Amino acid sequence: MANVRLCHLYPDQMNIYADRGNIAVFRQRLAWRGHTLTVTEAGPGIEPSPDHDLWYLGGGQDRDQTMVAEDLVQRKGPALRTAADNGAAMLFVCGGIQLAGHFYVGVDGEKLAGAEVLDIETTAGDTRLIGDLVIQASIENQTHHIVGYENHAGRTKLGSGVQPLGQVISGQGNDGNSGYEGAVRDHVIGTYLHGPLLPKNPRLADQLLIWALAHGGQTDVALEPLDDSFEAQAHQAATIRANVDR
Amino acid sequence: MPIVPAGLSRSVARVAGWASRRAGRGGGTTLPGVVLLKLRPQAVAELTPRLTRSLTISATNGKTTTARFITACVEADGQSVVANPAGSNLLRGVAAALLDANASEHATGVFEVDEAALPSVVDQLQPDVIVLMNLFRDQLDRYGELDHLATIWAEMIASLPPETIVVANADDPTIYGLVAHRENTITFGVNDVSLARSEIQHASDASTCRSCDADLTHDVVFIGHIGHWRCTKCDLSRPEPSVVATTIELHGLDGSTVSGLTPTGPIALELSLPGLHNVYNALAAAATAHALGVINPVIAGAITDTKAAFGRAERLTLDNRELTLLLAKNPAGVNENLRTVMLDSEPLHLYIQLNDRTADGRDVSWIWDVDYEVAFDRIASVTIAGDRAHDMALRLRYGGFDTTKLTVHDSPAAGLDAALAKVPDGGRLYSLPTYTAMLELRSVLVERGVAGDFWDEA
Repeated sequence: MANVRLCHLYPDQMNIYADRGNIAVFRQRLAWRGHTLTVTEAGPGIEPSPDHDLWYLGGGQDRDQTMVAEDLVQRKGPALRTAADNGAAMLFVCGGIQLAGHFYVGVDGEKLAGAEVLDIETTAGDTRLIGDLVIQASIENQTHHIVGYENHAGRTKLGSGVQPLGQVISGQGNDGNSGYEGAVRDHVIGTYLHGPLLPKNPRLADQLLIWALAHGGQTDVALEPLDDSFEAQAHQAATIRANVDR
Repeated sequence: MPIVPAGLSRSVARVAGWASRRAGRGGGTTLPGVVLLKLRPQAVAELTPRLTRSLTISATNGKTTTARFITACVEADGQSVVANPAGSNLLRGVAAALLDANASEHATGVFEVDEAALPSVVDQLQPDVIVLMNLFRDQLDRYGELDHLATIWAEMIASLPPETIVVANADDPTIYGLVAHRENTITFGVNDVSLARSEIQHASDASTCRSCDADLTHDVVFIGHIGHWRCTKCDLSRPEPSVVATTIELHGLDGSTVSGLTPTGPIALELSLPGLHNVYNALAAAATAHALGVINPVIAGAITDTKAAFGRAERLTLDNRELTLLLAKNPAGVNENLRTVMLDSEPLHLYIQLNDRTADGRDVSWIWDVDYEVAFDRIASVTIAGDRAHDMALRLRYGGFDTTKLTVHDSPAAGLDAALAKVPDGGRLYSLPTYTAMLELRSVLVERGVAGDFWDEA
């Protein structure tokens, strides 16, 4: 039996797009294979240990995002950068990806410093990019079709220190015109895909868990296949939705 | 576009509605409003003098039911009412209703208004009373974010004439924060702490003070973030409401008994609509009716006589089973539905329909904010249909639900058949559809000859 140590950043502030669904996927996909997940909730004021195997930061309203940004930089930034350099798995979703970069300039023009985990910059545009989103990604030499929903004003530009998570097949992605979605370095993934992301994309969830297990020195743990038929059908429904002009 | 004279514009708009109905294309209720606003963008402002007074009702949850309660109170007071049909709650819906209004009737306008549309409706309508009931997370793809709504409401309130009365929920910190320093505000709320939940629900949408940004704390939570709250730093806190429920007895699906107080004295309400959320709707209506000068006995009688709007806890019988329709469109509403359903002592059979069309919200992530888990050990079967049925199946699977108790179906009709087949003879089935799914289910029921009392309105 293996255990994955998850650090969930700001669960009370950054949870607007059903982020707890992503946490439930981590927990259940481990549990169904006889493994466990221990969760540290790192709210404002808490300085988490850099030893966590898996890190998660979800989306919040602009107001909540502004309130956690300074705490994120000061109390979480050093641990996050250390953990990322040591190969920990990280998932930053929606507001999360915006705060994981160098900075985020919000709709009101206020500039928030980011955690500097991803080499990206985000500035809010005049319109929100909203709708079903499908991308094609290549992770560890495997092709993933990833489906979800996006709803963000931020336009994210990638620096040389990251790769896009994937190419947009249907939807807007990072900025509505580059054709890129998300950002990746090492085992760190930032993305605008919510819905939540992981229930409909179980292979991506398993990849993050494999990275997390490896970070914890548990490279011999195999994640045996599960019956993902509901997941496959939900994935298919989302793909069809994204291709329908509504 | 050249300016089209008001009279001609109204005639064209009426003809458009008539033609649409004749053609059987539907849309007869909103098309006249659309056409009229196209020709006369200020049509609502121009037609408002046809009413002697008007009011708006806005909230994430409870608009339709509260409008029904208020309409009943005003009519019981001997006044006629002009109202927009449920669901037609944008500026065009109000315009269409005004087009049909007759100045000689001296009517009161009772308009339920979409949250995002409220500032533009208020700007033109200049209502005498504005009812603000609650703000929960809902359809984020359409509204952007909850705080944005609160911000545009705050701007709207700042520009109101001082004589406008605002009726506000004292127990919702987001709502009360908007009116805390405003004169001419009437608040409503619940004092009966025996109905408190043990802890704040996941779908809680107000964690910080609107005045100073410090954390809020709740001594008592009733629904989501609604309860007895106070700021941990500044002196902003839930006020003692002007209209208050002091004791509440919930009678399961059969309704509730409420003892309360208004500024003019005690009031006793017998609700035939179930659940604490409907108590809040009734309190909002009582506060509004009080603001309009209706006396307590008339308010109590009117609210007691009001029955469910279509799909809002409506009960029907088919195949010797009772079907209860509980519109399920956002986390706070579904959490209340589950709380109501769990008052049934029998094993529960649920039929969930999840659609993702415009009226439902295209982003179905909201289902992950519902605390379905509280009902898991009471549920005997779940049947799922709808455009995003498998998203719902995943929601339950990852919540830890035993998926052998769950089936997924292609169509509303197939789902209904499968769901009914799982219910023992004489038993009950609870249907939890999103808005468009509810309309689909209605079509299925109409085909089967099952008719509700209020279906023309929906």
